[in-house]
Amino acid sequence: MWKKLFDWLDERLGLNTLYTNLLDRPEPLGNWWNTLGSASLFLFVLQGITGIFLTVYYTPSPDHAYDSIQFIMQGVAFGWLIRGIHHWGASLMVIIVFIHMLRVFVTASYKYPREMTWFIGVGLLLATIGMGFTGYLLPWNQRAYWATTVGTQIAGSVPIIGDFILKALRGGPDLSALTLQRFFAAHIWMLPAVLVGLIGVHLYLIIKHGESNYPSKED
Amino acid sequence: MSEVSRRDFIKGTTVIVGGIITAVIGIPAVAYLIDPALKENKSEGWIPIGKLGDMPVGTPTPFSFTIVQVNGWERTSTSHGGYVLRKSEDPNDLLILNSRCTHLGCTVNWDNADKVYLCPCHNAKFSEQGLVLDGPPPRPLDRYQEYRVTEDGILEIYYQA
Repeated sequence: MWKKLFDWLDERLGLNTLYTNLLDRPEPLGNWWNTLGSASLFLFVLQGITGIFLTVYYTPSPDHAYDSIQFIMQGVAFGWLIRGIHHWGASLMVIIVFIHMLRVFVTASYKYPREMTWFIGVGLLLATIGMGFTGYLLPWNQRAYWATTVGTQIAGSVPIIGDFILKALRGGPDLSALTLQRFFAAHIWMLPAVLVGLIGVHLYLIIKHGESNYPSKED
Repeated sequence: MSEVSRRDFIKGTTVIVGGIITAVIGIPAVAYLIDPALKENKSEGWIPIGKLGDMPVGTPTPFSFTIVQVNGWERTSTSHGGYVLRKSEDPNDLLILNSRCTHLGCTVNWDNADKVYLCPCHNAKFSEQGLVLDGPPPRPLDRYQEYRVTEDGILEIYYQA
């Protein structure tokens, strides 16, 4: 019965081919350091899910942002858990993505034909840090406020166009409701869209080229 | 005991660990979503509305109070009002009416000349007892049934949302 149903679906969706091509690929001899890309992907999905759930109660307005998070932490069942996972997962994701990059560097996995995988990986690291930067403001507490004041000020120290960058980041000369709103938009729409797109290409390239062998003594 | 192959062991542990992770995140996530629907947000309690000694016998005396409802991170205050009619000198011989018109919720006012409660919205008229005399209201004015007078002579009514 199940076999018949599966065969019917497989014939139309090509599930078996999908499985052999995507998941059942030959792997070079590796170790736990080779699992960090998958760990990054898992953390991205986890951040996505917990983030979506947080938007059910969070309000990106200076009047309510702080209170809505207090409500999530104290007034909603498991709110502390959902926000806790998102909070700690964010730090963990930056660390894991960074170590993943170090491993690729140390094992020289960025070389031909995987240069583009590396470049896209750099974009993924930057987007991840961007998620950290924009997400840090959203609790709208003193730490968030001043961290973003300093962070945008640093971006504003660029010669000639610095003032423009500062205003573009803050949505005006001051840190305001506009800043909170655009950081929220960047955090939940723009950067995730960039991340999803880049992750798609990154994964495609890994499946296309396979994973690299560790360099031997001759290399 | 039959040997478990390495492959089957990995498969089994992956399913178990994956299942635990899904449950640990999935169950709280559902609870988190439906939590507001499971909460009872009733507000009730004794509300002081004025000194009974200041209220004349025989003429309705208006009162009002505000209830603050907390919804998540927002407070909403709603105004309520009514009239106390002392039917005799006996401090327990009271008729306390809610001034919310039973038709569409406008606030009725006591007209001392005609001895009726008038609703400004559709010209409804209620008697001193709160009974419908004229107009569209489907039922008499609501009453605050539970009331008490404290030792200090303050009249309190029991409010239930």
